Amino acid sequence: MPPVAPTFAASPAGPSPDTPKDPAYTPPPEPSFRPAGESWVWFTSMGLAIGLVMILGLLGLIISNGLAVFWPKPVVQVQLVEGSQAGIRGSPTFGGEHVKTQEKRVTQLDEDGKPLPPAYEYQFYVANRDAYGFSFKYIDRKEVLAITHPANAIVAERFSLGTAIFLPRELRPFESAAIPGDSPEFIPTLERLVQAGNERRREIRQIERHQIGAINRELSRLHLQRRALEHGPNPPADAPARLAAIDARAATLQAEFEGLAARARQLRERQAADTLSYVTLSGAERVTPVAEILDFTLPNQLGFFGKLREFVVRFWKFLSEEPRAANMEGGIFPAIFGTFVMTLLMSVAVTPFGVLAAIYLREYAKQGLFVRCVRIAVNNLAGVPSIVFGVFGLGFFVYMVGGSIDQLFFSLSLPTPTFGTGGVLWASATLALMTVPVVIVSTEEALAAVSRGSREGSLACGASKWQTIQRIVLPASLPGILTGLILAMARGAGEVAPLMLVGVVKLAPTLPIDGIPPFVHLERKFMHLGFHIFDLGFQSPDSEAAKPMVFATTFLLILLVVCLNLGAILIRNHLRKKYKVSTF
Amino acid sequence: MALARPSDFAHASAPAPGTFNPAYIQVKNFSFYYGHNKVLHSLALDIPERQVTAFIGPSGCGKSTLLRNLNRMNDLIDGVRHEGDITVGGRSIYDPLLEVIALRKRIGMVFQKSNPFPKSIYENVVYALRVAGRNGKSELDEVVERSLRGAALWDEVKDRLHESAFGLSGGQQQRLCIARAIANRPEILLMDEPCSALDPIATSKVEELIHELKKEFTIVIVTHNMQQAARVSDRTAFFYLGKLIEYAATPDIFMNPKNPQTEAYVSGRFG
Repeated sequence: MPPVAPTFAASPAGPSPDTPKDPAYTPPPEPSFRPAGESWVWFTSMGLAIGLVMILGLLGLIISNGLAVFWPKPVVQVQLVEGSQAGIRGSPTFGGEHVKTQEKRVTQLDEDGKPLPPAYEYQFYVANRDAYGFSFKYIDRKEVLAITHPANAIVAERFSLGTAIFLPRELRPFESAAIPGDSPEFIPTLERLVQAGNERRREIRQIERHQIGAINRELSRLHLQRRALEHGPNPPADAPARLAAIDARAATLQAEFEGLAARARQLRERQAADTLSYVTLSGAERVTPVAEILDFTLPNQLGFFGKLREFVVRFWKFLSEEPRAANMEGGIFPAIFGTFVMTLLMSVAVTPFGVLAAIYLREYAKQGLFVRCVRIAVNNLAGVPSIVFGVFGLGFFVYMVGGSIDQLFFSLSLPTPTFGTGGVLWASATLALMTVPVVIVSTEEALAAVSRGSREGSLACGASKWQTIQRIVLPASLPGILTGLILAMARGAGEVAPLMLVGVVKLAPTLPIDGIPPFVHLERKFMHLGFHIFDLGFQSPDSEAAKPMVFATTFLLILLVVCLNLGAILIRNHLRKKYKVSTF
Repeated sequence: MALARPSDFAHASAPAPGTFNPAYIQVKNFSFYYGHNKVLHSLALDIPERQVTAFIGPSGCGKSTLLRNLNRMNDLIDGVRHEGDITVGGRSIYDPLLEVIALRKRIGMVFQKSNPFPKSIYENVVYALRVAGRNGKSELDEVVERSLRGAALWDEVKDRLHESAFGLSGGQQQRLCIARAIANRPEILLMDEPCSALDPIATSKVEELIHELKKEFTIVIVTHNMQQAARVSDRTAFFYLGKLIEYAATPDIFMNPKNPQTEAYVSGRFG
């Protein structure tokens, strides 16, 4: 059969553009000047824009709410209208920091049953929880006669009773005559006394925490030694002599302890000696030991820079101090430190584990059905709910591994568990297990991306496969491995649910790393920012008062994750520059 | 019996000048398969010692596959198998007593695309020694200078030996790869289209280098560039569709080919 001629020429019988009168002919559509698919470009950009708006909104909300906590707000005194019963226990005035103004939820009706125009109410942070029994107060705008800013209003941060807002009345120092509140001597003297009180508190803490702590540690060691001598399988011949030595040492320690305790008691008595009498903004008169006050400001007298200074001081205290008063006051340093140590330990555990697994999977395992199944299983592991890992960590790490370690190495202190209870080591191990798929997957990708040329070059030089992996492939894939680690850290640092089962506590008395040998205490329980947020928000006695702390802690959690990631990203960029692939 | 060592190759017993083994590498009835796909068909050729042998032929004719079999680089690919044998200095490279790593230490290789390691120039050159566990500073220094001089690169890089190899130009990178391949004093140098990614000036430098290296090494070069084959090689093998069509002294292949396919290819009528 001869080849058919191409038929792109118009056939004479068919309609042609030259015969527009043909009724069957429809003219071709006008050429469009809009590039095809442009609307879809808009569509995709909209998706990105929505994502960006959400992320920026989230960050903005948390940062602004988190930082606003530390900015000193003016204190107002509210004068109520005549005969109003809205004051605190019938008082004609009250005061505090203005929090917000809002429309009243309940719509009020007039005599005819028609709704009245919306009424407004203010919310004030009145503090003085010990005096009032609450920290926040709503007040109808109709009840307010006047609002004043008393210049001498003092906002004081107290050790155990929360914030107090008051007007000074009289300072009664232990060593000198009383100073009235309107005296120019009042503020400097108060400052001096507060400082002296803080120093004494530090000394008490030093005695009770460290010196008495050291004695207690030695006493419990002696106790263990005694138990070993008394109940050990083969008591040595000089057991009675050694027991006597132990008792003598214990007696000395006991005497030392008495001395320190007496000193602490004396300091505590001195703490109660200076007193301050003050009037709350609702007119109640109260007396407090000066030593109860940690710090105070006169917010209505602060200029912008004064407020800025106060902001920095408060923020720093929040970062560096320990929590007080059921975590509602004070700082969150132990939580920051605990999160940091846990994330670091997790990274140290997950990296070698994940990298070795990935090397075997990618470089050595014979690619087949089994390896495919393993890979699918590893990927699915990343999708397992984190609480499942928590339960696994509790059952495996804490009870099995930790219990066995206790049996083998710490049997003398049983039944008090050492490793057989939640701790920072088991929390890190659990999170490492949870994040290992991320590291495996990204390491595998990084290994696969190392060029064949480099591998062959190395093999052609007479290197073995392992030498090639060790000297050429691994260095070149380090940036990719670090990317996986960054993702793992981001996920691990923010995880809360599994940690509650394996070692996070509301308040840890000690840090996992400190100055007491052996310095790193992996068996200790620890605090964690994520759990701290949960605890503040849902477990605190006054969740309304804890709300600002929730935002501030969230802000710090984000900051910590960003800092950790930034560190890893800097290392990665450095490595990328070092091992950048030939551009030729 | 003591384990055979790679230095058992005949070459190691330094023959007198002019008495080089004309069949140093022997390819004996060699066939090669990727899975079920037979890519080399019963090849047989002898490659002489200390001469340059060029493999030419159109793409996919199997010349690179044969070259990569000489140092068993094709072992890395899954599902390959071979029939027949290849010997170097009379000893089979598939001898189970011969470790493939030891084999590759005696056979250097230069690739089509220069592949310096992400290390300094110095570390690139001494890589083969380092993986062999030789770390003596004076020895390494000496090897670096000798190899870089051998690759005609010493004068250009002697002041920046500890800078990254990626700072070099393409031609310099390829010569660095040659220096790396000769650092461990192999007996054979395999070159897989070493100039295909280089500009003419860099190419002519590498070709001069091949002339120099011939005095010390047995060189097998795969090239697409027939002028290059004519310029640098002593003997030329023409492959087509996995078969060896013609193998003779280079002038004969280019001036007086016996086979019409060879003639068609070298005169540029196909391929």
